[in-house]
Amino acid sequence: MSAPVTDTTTPAAGAAGLVEIHGVHKSFGTLEVLRGVSLTVRPGSVTVVLGPSGSGKSTLLRAINHLEKVDQGFISIDGELVGYRRKGSTLRELKEREILGQRTQIGFVFQSFNLFPHLTALENVVEAPVSAQRRRREDVEPEARELLARVGLADKADARPRQLSGGQQQRVAIARALALRPKVLLFDEPTSALDPELVGEVLEVIKDVASTGTTLVVVTHEIGFAREVADTVVFMDEGVVVEQGTPAEVLDHPRHERTRAFLQKVL
Amino acid sequence: MSTVSLPQDESRQLAPPSGRHPADPHGRPGVEDALPLESLRIVPARHPGRWAATAVVAVLLAMVVSSLVTNERWEWDVVATYLTWPSVLEGAWATIRLTLVASVVGFALGTVLALMRLSRSPLLQSVSWTYTWVFRSVPLLLQLLLWYNLAYLYPHLSLGIPFGPELVWFDTLSVIDKFWAAILGLGLSQAAYSAEIVRAGILSVDQGQQEAAASLGIPRRRQVSRIILPQAMRSIIPTAVNEVIGLLKGTSIVYVLAYGELFYIVSVIYGRNGRVVPLLIVASIWYLVLTTLITVVQYYVERHYAKGAVRTLPPTPLQKARWTVLVWASRLSGRPVPPSVPPAYAARARVGVLTRTARTAGGAA
Repeated sequence: MSAPVTDTTTPAAGAAGLVEIHGVHKSFGTLEVLRGVSLTVRPGSVTVVLGPSGSGKSTLLRAINHLEKVDQGFISIDGELVGYRRKGSTLRELKEREILGQRTQIGFVFQSFNLFPHLTALENVVEAPVSAQRRRREDVEPEARELLARVGLADKADARPRQLSGGQQQRVAIARALALRPKVLLFDEPTSALDPELVGEVLEVIKDVASTGTTLVVVTHEIGFAREVADTVVFMDEGVVVEQGTPAEVLDHPRHERTRAFLQKVL
Repeated sequence: MSTVSLPQDESRQLAPPSGRHPADPHGRPGVEDALPLESLRIVPARHPGRWAATAVVAVLLAMVVSSLVTNERWEWDVVATYLTWPSVLEGAWATIRLTLVASVVGFALGTVLALMRLSRSPLLQSVSWTYTWVFRSVPLLLQLLLWYNLAYLYPHLSLGIPFGPELVWFDTLSVIDKFWAAILGLGLSQAAYSAEIVRAGILSVDQGQQEAAASLGIPRRRQVSRIILPQAMRSIIPTAVNEVIGLLKGTSIVYVLAYGELFYIVSVIYGRNGRVVPLLIVASIWYLVLTTLITVVQYYVERHYAKGAVRTLPPTPLQKARWTVLVWASRLSGRPVPPSVPPAYAARARVGVLTRTARTAGGAA
């Protein structure tokens, strides 16, 4: 990718995107989905979360973005608590507007893309920087075009999502998340809704983003991607982190029976 | 014999692969069997049932038209005179005003009520629910009369601090005249229905849209106005237009307040001259015209909000008409269809050329 493009998305030096998760619990009704998850994601690293469906991976990801409010435990980004503010010995719950402000530092890419279908690709990318970060449209638009070019869709700026393939839509969604210049980018099974031949193009874009130093947390079933790109692989099952380590450690020499059983099924 | 020459590449495109020919009906293998498919005569399917039904309906239509013309009691000359009578035009204009203002009041308040109903505050939810319950339950006629008699309950209206001093005073009778009593009655009851329509529209938008907007940090109000409502409009519009048309006709109920809308005006006129039926026809024609205008507007508004929901927008009636004319022109002249016509339409011209050539070729053989 070209140098000027990198400038628009690389976080400022120092601000890095350290994600700390401490003893997080979350229940839906009587079902406890997260049962005490603790995890530290180093700034600028790529973490891939693996696990069978229902293991709580997606819920954990949504909790980092405060799309789900946790019942117990804390999550912080660069030491700043998500959803709360510390004041002396009390924790104040943030108002919705403040939570929305925090979210602009955390990009989220959905399994089902969730592009705004009535807006063009360009408008999808421009919307949040203008309305959430109050930046001027004239400044944002050239940047948005560069981002679209970076995900290989320079010529699709004026297309609406329904006119794009699944892979193209997901690439627009990634450009949309990058437009806020987030410290942390979360991917919730970004390729699960795609036809097999479209998976590669999306993974290429994620790889490209990984090389810019943004912290990435990726929930996926693409083991090959994990092996190639991840710094850390985390295996979750039944609401807890079973084990974590380098791809070589977790994927090739898993220490736990449950990890082994899962890998045998998906490989 | 044929004046139209079929380009070679086109015929190859349209004809199925040759080599398999239908069996000869007379069991004679030979010359006809060897003919290439594209030279065979095409016999269109026959539809005797459809023809019979068409004939019956045509006769019925003729009967209706002839009775409209021959029955002198329709008094078309009277209809024609009063159709553009100044006071009738004024009445039609009053009907338009009532419909417009009541629609705006109804849908503005309805949207607020829908958002209240979907809010997380139990008080806002129940107030919205109660409003809808009350205003859907009380007949419109009754509401109109109640609003017109507001001065009996509250002779004076004032602006001020709640439970505190009053700052400005109004005489109720001077503020709530017939027009505003009608607007209050029509608009407030319309709001109750609109609230449900808007709520249904909002619920029809995928939950992921709101989540995506929230994950991008888009402010709440902007989420609603920019992301949710534009998508909800697609399911809101058809029902909403139904409501506006209902409202247009519903304004005729305002005649109980002796407000000079269309129906009240014609009833006053026929009360004086006794030409009841022709004047009712005059009013009907005006309601028909206004409803038609609303329907045309609906078509274009729906098209506007269909952006993004369909890959290609359906053509407007004007586009359709233009393309059809161009296709027919090319069928008759034999010239190629202009490139501005979309392929789906252009194909019709080619099929026409093919069958014509096929028939002449078949006849020659």
